[in-house]
Amino acid sequence: MSMNGNTNKSLVMSDAASVRLRLGNWIGQGVLFLITSLSTFAVFFIFYFIIKDAIPFFKTEGFKELFTGTHWYPSAHPAEFGALPLFAGTALVTVGAILVAVPLGISAAVCLSDLLPFKIRQVVKPMIEILAAIPSVAYGFFALVVFAPMLQEKGGTLLSTGAWLILGPIFALLVVVAGDLLLDRLRTRIKNTKLAAITVFSVLGSAAFFLIYRVAGQLAGIEISSGTNAFNVSIILGIMALPTVVSVSEDALQAAGRELREGSYALGATRAETILKTIIPASVSGILAAVILGVMRAVGETMVVWMASGNAARIPEPWYNVLQPVRTLTATIAGDMGEADHVTGSSRFHVLFALALCLLAFSFLMNLASETIVKRSRKKLGK
Amino acid sequence: MKKVIAIAVVAASVGVASAQDKIVIDGSTTVGPIAKAFAEYFMAAHSEVNVTVSESGSGNGAKGLLNGTCDVGDMSRPMKDGEFKACAEKGIQPVAHVVALDGLPILVHPSNPVKDLTVEQVRKIYLGEITNWKEVGGPDMAIVSISRDTNSGTYETFEGMVMNKQKIHEGCEYVGSNGAVRQRVQSTPAAIGYAGLGFVDKTVKALKVNGVFPSAETVQSGEYPIARPLFMYTNGYPKLGTPLYQFITIYLSEDGQEMVEEKGFIPVTAY
Repeated sequence: MSMNGNTNKSLVMSDAASVRLRLGNWIGQGVLFLITSLSTFAVFFIFYFIIKDAIPFFKTEGFKELFTGTHWYPSAHPAEFGALPLFAGTALVTVGAILVAVPLGISAAVCLSDLLPFKIRQVVKPMIEILAAIPSVAYGFFALVVFAPMLQEKGGTLLSTGAWLILGPIFALLVVVAGDLLLDRLRTRIKNTKLAAITVFSVLGSAAFFLIYRVAGQLAGIEISSGTNAFNVSIILGIMALPTVVSVSEDALQAAGRELREGSYALGATRAETILKTIIPASVSGILAAVILGVMRAVGETMVVWMASGNAARIPEPWYNVLQPVRTLTATIAGDMGEADHVTGSSRFHVLFALALCLLAFSFLMNLASETIVKRSRKKLGK
Repeated sequence: MKKVIAIAVVAASVGVASAQDKIVIDGSTTVGPIAKAFAEYFMAAHSEVNVTVSESGSGNGAKGLLNGTCDVGDMSRPMKDGEFKACAEKGIQPVAHVVALDGLPILVHPSNPVKDLTVEQVRKIYLGEITNWKEVGGPDMAIVSISRDTNSGTYETFEGMVMNKQKIHEGCEYVGSNGAVRQRVQSTPAAIGYAGLGFVDKTVKALKVNGVFPSAETVQSGEYPIARPLFMYTNGYPKLGTPLYQFITIYLSEDGQEMVEEKGFIPVTAY
């Protein structure tokens, strides 16, 4: 045996090897493509099966009662399928969550992207994102066992303290800005500017203080009879949606770019003017996408609302009364599924799919909207 | 295709029946604790048989028996006509074993001075006709009524024995388990709720109903008005001597009675 046999091997690939290589290539790509399309197929399958099981409901019961009726008694005889209170409950809870998550989230995003030094930001942002990793049943447990009794025992105190904490800084900022603008106007007419400044700020300040004091006093008198209500769930869902809103809008603010900021400063704008008049308008579509993602998080959440919203299928009176229990679409689907099947009456089974279809259609539309908005913002920024 | 599935199902069920190395139990969250105690007791004596217990509601107990996914269906209500019919159509013959009795105490917060309600008053509270505790001799507080979800046997018992099939008012709150009812009542001064007898402890107060306090004696004697039998359903009566037979007859033994009492229910036997 000599080594000579091997040295003769041609550098040109043999036909067989070439075929093998191409076959391997082809199979590899095929497998990867199949795996990728699996998740796409999953979406179609979900749509197909939900629609398939929702159609029988609309066939037997029609559309009118589901969307306009206000009595939800799917297990009664005869059953009533008025899902308006469920839609109202979902809407109320979602709006509440957005009112919590959006102002907080956008402020935090601005702070992260434009105010905090890089090092601190690297620590704070992951910490906010940890909020998204906490399982929703843990949030629900907190809402039911800690937050609900707290609302019942010292609801009024809690609300008035909240009013001070929220309204205090906002009014302080407003007083400073408004006072400054007012003094600017008056400067030409008044000689004693120091006295004018003291008067303006003390008048505005005490007016603001009095206003907050009155509001907080009103809130302190409220007694919450049941802590599992729309307010409780709104706060918790708001916190759950926070990481999404912060993360996505912070990315959008970052994407506005250094050039834009430097251009604004070069024109003599202050930091506040740069943020409010340049950076936020430039990244408004990204922020909008963040809000939409937050909405979807709140609409789709099940465990927390099932545990802590009270699940009473009634439109609150008046409709904005968040201190009353509500029932959402997701909680209804989760809660009613066990007993509802073909055996116990098919409408009761299929109505849950009809509700699921409404949810699916809503989140599909929201998803489309956010995609379009993000695409448009990219185009606008020329990326 | 259907034939293939049918054959597969038959083969699977034959496999379970002949080997009998496991007993699968599913259903009511009320019967669940009894089934779990029985399962532990049974497995201690028969280590070769594996007993699994899930708790997902009475409806799922019937569904499991119907679909062949469980050997024993725990139910805190009798099977409905529709469920019997569906079983019969599939060739399944549900046999009921009454393993224990349960009373549904009406629960309020310990600070609530109300001690006694009639069934009529309880019904009116859940109908939304009585909305304040002062109407039934309590303090001036708006009543927070709490019900089990419509998916539970406890709810159906309450609906049948208290509500007379009338609709619970729309402001009523729904929770997903007996434990959650107790949790809500013990933390809400104005609450009223109902749960299985086994769930009453010092953190909540059980009321007299029609002047009768819920207890083992008053349930057994039929004096307490809101009481019910608890069922385990099997497909046909199990073949004598099989593990399933031995399991399903535990409740007739003295040990079984003790376990039922330990879980806060009332045994059907009296040793």
